[in-house]
Amino acid sequence: MMTRKRRRLIVLLVCGLGLGSAAGLSLWALSSDVAFFTSPTELVQHPPGPDRVFRLGGLVEAGSVKRGDAGGKPTASFRVTDGAATVAVNFVGLLPDLFREGQGIVALGSLAPDGSFRAQEVLAKHDETYMPKEVAEALKKSGHWNPEKGAPPPASTWNTMAVPAKDAKADDTKAGG
Amino acid sequence: MNMDASATLLSSGSGGRGLHRFANPGRFLRLSGKVLPWLAAFALVLTLIGLGWGLFFAPADWQQGDAVRIMYIHVPAAWLASSGYLGLAICSVLSLVWRHPLADLAAMEIGPVGAGATFLCLATGSLWGKPMWGAWWVWDARLTSVLVLFFLYLGHIALVRAFDSPERGARAGAILALVGVVNLPIIKFSVDWWNTLHQPASISFTGSPTMYVGMLWPLLFSALGMTFGFAAIVVARTRAGVMERRIRGLLLARAQQEAGARLEAAAS
Repeated sequence: MMTRKRRRLIVLLVCGLGLGSAAGLSLWALSSDVAFFTSPTELVQHPPGPDRVFRLGGLVEAGSVKRGDAGGKPTASFRVTDGAATVAVNFVGLLPDLFREGQGIVALGSLAPDGSFRAQEVLAKHDETYMPKEVAEALKKSGHWNPEKGAPPPASTWNTMAVPAKDAKADDTKAGG
Repeated sequence: MNMDASATLLSSGSGGRGLHRFANPGRFLRLSGKVLPWLAAFALVLTLIGLGWGLFFAPADWQQGDAVRIMYIHVPAAWLASSGYLGLAICSVLSLVWRHPLADLAAMEIGPVGAGATFLCLATGSLWGKPMWGAWWVWDARLTSVLVLFFLYLGHIALVRAFDSPERGARAGAILALVGVVNLPIIKFSVDWWNTLHQPASISFTGSPTMYVGMLWPLLFSALGMTFGFAAIVVARTRAGVMERRIRGLLLARAQQEAGARLEAAAS
């Protein structure tokens, strides 16, 4: 009785090991296809064909956004960077609300002959930080963070920060906590 | 205690063959009957506190505004979708290796509840994605792997009910559930291994949460409450499953007894 249970357990573990490594190897082999977007550095290293449609992702470079108007449609040109490389992007259409300098974005489109990226669609990619407006303002005022330049400072420096008593809602939270 | 339970079960089951296997479910029925009201009460109170706090009193996000409040439903639902599947997998191991009858029943009942949590996660995520990202849905690794989780749940629900013999259904379902476990680390680490539109985790075991404490507390309350709720629904469903199977066993035993008596009468 004991040996049968043990045998079943061993068979299960061996199957799991085989399945796990098979899945791991295939995901590893497919990792470039699993990736949702290409970074500017990857784009510079391995430029895709001229008419290939792909997704480009990175941060909107500070001071690079120029908005315009083309026949009643809003246009925007900006640069997308990952720190190491930068790509110019042109877009005609409505940008998502979260679009701003320093924000992560993912754009779908293709390379134009001049090496810039012609976007058909722009999505905003927000990061994993969540903070009230007052905390963001306080960080900006004290010079610890410029959202246009990139990620906020380490979470432990602000996630328990006392919020100035301007906002009634924030006060309620503190009373509740 | 075990002897007690099996004795009462056996006596009520007119000595039908195989009923001894429900000795443990009998104990489960008594124990869970005491625990269930507490589970349900904690679930209700904690979820109400968490959601009320999160939806009405917690601060809005500096850039997402009030849309961030979807998090108080979306994140607990996502956690439960994955941990519910982990529970399904543990039941499957217990079922395949130790042939635990209660594990079969629990696995069968976790399926629909887990599928519900996964659906809630996908639906709220979609509602959150449109105003923030600008898309209802994208095929990035996180969203796709959670969709696969949803299909795994649906497949399990269908498979365990597709056989005439509940034991064969349970075994097929257990194998499917264990094959699907490979998806759990993919869901968890998809946002770290690959480029995704979905942001990485804000709460981890190693680092400081990248979330303001006034948003973290309601999230934890809501997550704890919804976890109790998940457990309460699964326990209630498993209790119903145990009773249903027991009734079926009793009816079967009686039918066999009657058939036997009829045969005897015909022979004499």
